[in-house]
Amino acid sequence: MGSVTFDAEDRWNAFITICREAGHGDGPMAGVAVAVKDNISTAGIQTTCGSRILKDYIPPYDAHVVELLKAAGAAVVGKTNMDEFGMGTTTESSAFGPTTNPVDTARVPGGSSGGSAAAVAAGMVPMALGTDTGGSIRCPAAFCGIVGLKPTYGRVSRYGLVAYANSLEGVGPMAGNVTDVARLFSVIAGHDARDATSIDRPFAHTPSSNRIKGLRIGVPAEFFGKGVDPAVAEQVRRAIGDLADLGAEIVDCSMPSMAFALAAYYVTCTCEASSNLARFDGVRYGPDIASKRSWHEAYQEHRREHFGKEVRRRIMLGTFALSAGYYGKYYAKAQAARKNVGEDFARLFADVDVIAGPTMPTTAFALGEKTADPLSMYLADILTVPANLAGVPAISVPCGTVDGLPVGLQLIGRHCEEERIIDTAYAYEEVRR
Amino acid sequence: MTEHTDVIIGLEIHCQLNTKTKLFCGCSTDYKTDGPNTHVCPVCLGLPGSLPMINRKAVEYGLRVAKALNLEVPEESEFARKNYFYPDLPKGYQVTMYDRPLAVWGYLEIEGDDGEKKVRITRIHLEEDPGRLVHKAGAGRVAYTLVDYNRSGIPLIEIVTEPDLRSPKEARRFLNKLRATLEYLGVYDGEREGGLRVDANISIRGSERVEVKNISSYKGVEKALTFEITRQKNLIRRGLRVDRETRHFQEGRGITTSARSKETETDYRYFPEPDLRPLRVKDWVEAIALPELPDARRDRFMATYGISLNHARTLTGDLRLAEFYEALAAKVEPNLAATWTADTLLGELNYRDMPVAKVPLDHFADLVGLVGRDEVTDRVAVDVLRALLDAVVTDETPVKPSDYVKQHNLGKGTADAFAAVIDEVIAENSQAVADYREGRGAALNFLVGQVMKKTRGKADPKEITPLIAARITPEEGA
Repeated sequence: MGSVTFDAEDRWNAFITICREAGHGDGPMAGVAVAVKDNISTAGIQTTCGSRILKDYIPPYDAHVVELLKAAGAAVVGKTNMDEFGMGTTTESSAFGPTTNPVDTARVPGGSSGGSAAAVAAGMVPMALGTDTGGSIRCPAAFCGIVGLKPTYGRVSRYGLVAYANSLEGVGPMAGNVTDVARLFSVIAGHDARDATSIDRPFAHTPSSNRIKGLRIGVPAEFFGKGVDPAVAEQVRRAIGDLADLGAEIVDCSMPSMAFALAAYYVTCTCEASSNLARFDGVRYGPDIASKRSWHEAYQEHRREHFGKEVRRRIMLGTFALSAGYYGKYYAKAQAARKNVGEDFARLFADVDVIAGPTMPTTAFALGEKTADPLSMYLADILTVPANLAGVPAISVPCGTVDGLPVGLQLIGRHCEEERIIDTAYAYEEVRR
Repeated sequence: MTEHTDVIIGLEIHCQLNTKTKLFCGCSTDYKTDGPNTHVCPVCLGLPGSLPMINRKAVEYGLRVAKALNLEVPEESEFARKNYFYPDLPKGYQVTMYDRPLAVWGYLEIEGDDGEKKVRITRIHLEEDPGRLVHKAGAGRVAYTLVDYNRSGIPLIEIVTEPDLRSPKEARRFLNKLRATLEYLGVYDGEREGGLRVDANISIRGSERVEVKNISSYKGVEKALTFEITRQKNLIRRGLRVDRETRHFQEGRGITTSARSKETETDYRYFPEPDLRPLRVKDWVEAIALPELPDARRDRFMATYGISLNHARTLTGDLRLAEFYEALAAKVEPNLAATWTADTLLGELNYRDMPVAKVPLDHFADLVGLVGRDEVTDRVAVDVLRALLDAVVTDETPVKPSDYVKQHNLGKGTADAFAAVIDEVIAENSQAVADYREGRGAALNFLVGQVMKKTRGKADPKEITPLIAARITPEEGA
């Protein structure tokens, strides 16, 4: 038992809440300072999801992953900034102001787990928890030059993770290196009886670089297609070449379902979000409105006032897509496209062990660059959403820079084969050193 | 053609299942005696980040109902979200089932207006109850409203019928039979306040259909439907059109009123609940053993106790009544037990709005025994029963009927003992005696009544009638 004094200066606005004195217990992570994304419930510590509508909301319970962190002895030193409810790729939609990228403070850290990535990249904490719905761990990991793992859907309990898009999202580890990511993952993975989508696959693997020989790595052409910055593509191809030098076999392949992946993703996540966020009606959470109007009008007023623009946009998109007469056109079609993505992965994974490509099509955007044009921001998710649609694990590991800005190599694995992509990332990390 | 062949009624019944815990969390459902918001947790409060887990028992109860009502259980069923805003709904959506319900296509056999009939069941599904609003009155209409989430997450079963019912009476009979079946299955407690809610679809053949919502009692259903039929028939008679709409039943006033059209236009935006996996429970149905159901018990009562169809039907129409009767029939003569339970006790209970469970069995058996041994007249027995029930209602310790009869000297006297009284009555009612002598038979009944009155019912009319008649009949040849 002990406590950690956390006095790091937060020059990047990485945290929404900082716990200057954080108690901890004994265990394999005793005294390790871990930052937790602010959409993960922490008993007694404000959990805002980066939204004004949840300002001062103090959960009465810990998320399953926080219970596990505490049981392992880790000290929760703060709650990190994020795009409001995870809806963004830049951490600019936070009601608590944007987080800046420690590599270049004129740039975004990526999102939505931008606060967690920045806290790690800046050296404030050795590791952090993020969440990934369509790339929210891998994107900021790539932009900030750290490692981030989006686990298999269900391998980490979602209990206590404030829902944005339930069928797509999950909690995952972020750290400066693959070893720490694996270490944090071993703490949070495993079955939870309170999450009906939880699967019983704990993780107890030590990263090894000895398994790379003969590994078949698929490289889908679509991951290097239109919209991918040639310099980024070049950097990633070089990294894949390094893996080939280590004895991996590179297999060119194709993922035609990518054509509809982004649309399927945005329809699904906005539909689920429109329902998930209905509970924020002003009755139980958020600032009080001294309204004497009917409940119906008071709800509208509260939600209009306290949800940010991007959140309102996505709620409206989802509400529309689920409306009578449109369900078949949008939601049902999105599920069909989603199934295609799963089938594409299944087909590819019958032949290859790992799929590799860039995590993001570009390096970190300048602050404000995408805020006026949400559609171009959505397009940046094209390479990360397929793993979420299929529920398979994916890791982003740094692979050099373009113009001084980090580039991420994304490795996608079979269902529940985090061990393999972690080993591949670890092997790459070793040669790069 | 009977009166109502042109009436078409379908029902949607919501019943609270009496599981020990809620549908999606471990909170206890037994909150009636506790304060507001004492049986809650992150899940039933809908706190951000909480997730539902399906209560196995609730699914099993649903499957019991499915099996008892002869429904088919599909390979896979699925919970869905019904999205709408309301202050009693903590998540902004209700977890229910939509296009993939728990079970489909069954029937319940009832005694219809024209004999036995099968009422088809379209589907049954499980869903969660919302919280409860408590409106606090102030200077104006409502000063403020409080929300109690104790009820939030209580498992409900929704049972939807085809439009097979033809009269309010038939609808009532269906509900009674359904309620009895659910009670026999051990999945529902009819005594629980607010345990049942009914929506009714009703139309006159050839006209539009009207949905009546918000009916929360058995009697209410018959009343609401009767009102609605009259309203619709009046419209048609006056050459007006029945609008397709939703109406609310105002229990207190016994009328239905049009719901604002806004409410009927709600688009619930159903989609599959992503936090739960689909249910695959078809195989489970095989393993479910059903208890004896009302019809089987009715037939057994007739065979075992030799009682009439009508008595057997009445006595098995309510689980507790059936159990009461069986216990009684073990102590006293079954036919007499049936008559006294179905014909007398039930009426007295209804009058007092008293559940049969509160009747002390030994006391009632004692009373029926007195009647069986001819120790009291029926009239005295009814009086003793009333005194007994009144004592129970007012929480007094009831006196054993045989002691009561002794204490109050109510034992049946022999006819001879009443000779003096008969003399008195004849002397005091010379007009009636004269009437009788002139051939007006009813006058004899009057005189018997007077004797009964003077003996406080202790005289047995069967015995004293011939005595009186003998005394006042003019002698032959006089």
